[in-house]
Amino acid sequence: MFKITRDPLAAESIIAQVNKGGNGGICAFVGTVRDNAGGKEVLRLEYDAYPEMAEKKLAEITAEIKDKWGLDEVAIVHRIGKLEIGEAAVAIAVGAPHRKEAFEACQYAIDRIKEFVPIWKKEYFADGEVWVEQSH
Amino acid sequence: MKLTVKFFARYREITGNDEVEIDVEDGSTVAGLIARLAEEYPGFPADPHMVAVNAEYIEGDAALNLGDEVAFFPPFSGG
Repeated sequence: MFKITRDPLAAESIIAQVNKGGNGGICAFVGTVRDNAGGKEVLRLEYDAYPEMAEKKLAEITAEIKDKWGLDEVAIVHRIGKLEIGEAAVAIAVGAPHRKEAFEACQYAIDRIKEFVPIWKKEYFADGEVWVEQSH
Repeated sequence: MKLTVKFFARYREITGNDEVEIDVEDGSTVAGLIARLAEEYPGFPADPHMVAVNAEYIEGDAALNLGDEVAFFPPFSGG
């Protein structure tokens, strides 16, 4: 399951989607809005995306995880629009028979998102705003 | 022939548009389109970070066809 949405993320329901009987564990990652960047206070973020293409790339990531680890239970949801400090921007859940593959595949998914999925964030500061053009 | 051109994030702010319809000559390529955009929109880069045609990344130049959707991307920062 993969989706770009403007709605707040519900991590528990995303985790529930990968909770299948054959799994011995679920690894979930939730990326949240940090209140600082480069030593400056961040007031909020705005995410922009090319939704049709981003969803296609998220589908490719789930296919890559299937190839590399043989895992079928992967859910990735990325939120766009304006987000406040502490809100979830991305939620990933991977269910696997054993924890090692779950951790590895979950980390792989977030790394790939930063690498090749057309999503951008803008940081709002007290004195201006800037599109972030490198992944952290 | 008409193309749909999409701009995202910083490129959208440079051009003041998220989507425009552009009429180019038959046989035009991505490189030609970029040159035209750079002329039309001051600050538009001569070498955009990434380009997608019909939602697939392209590398280098590529031929364009009637109705293509060409998207220009600055470096990504999702997650």
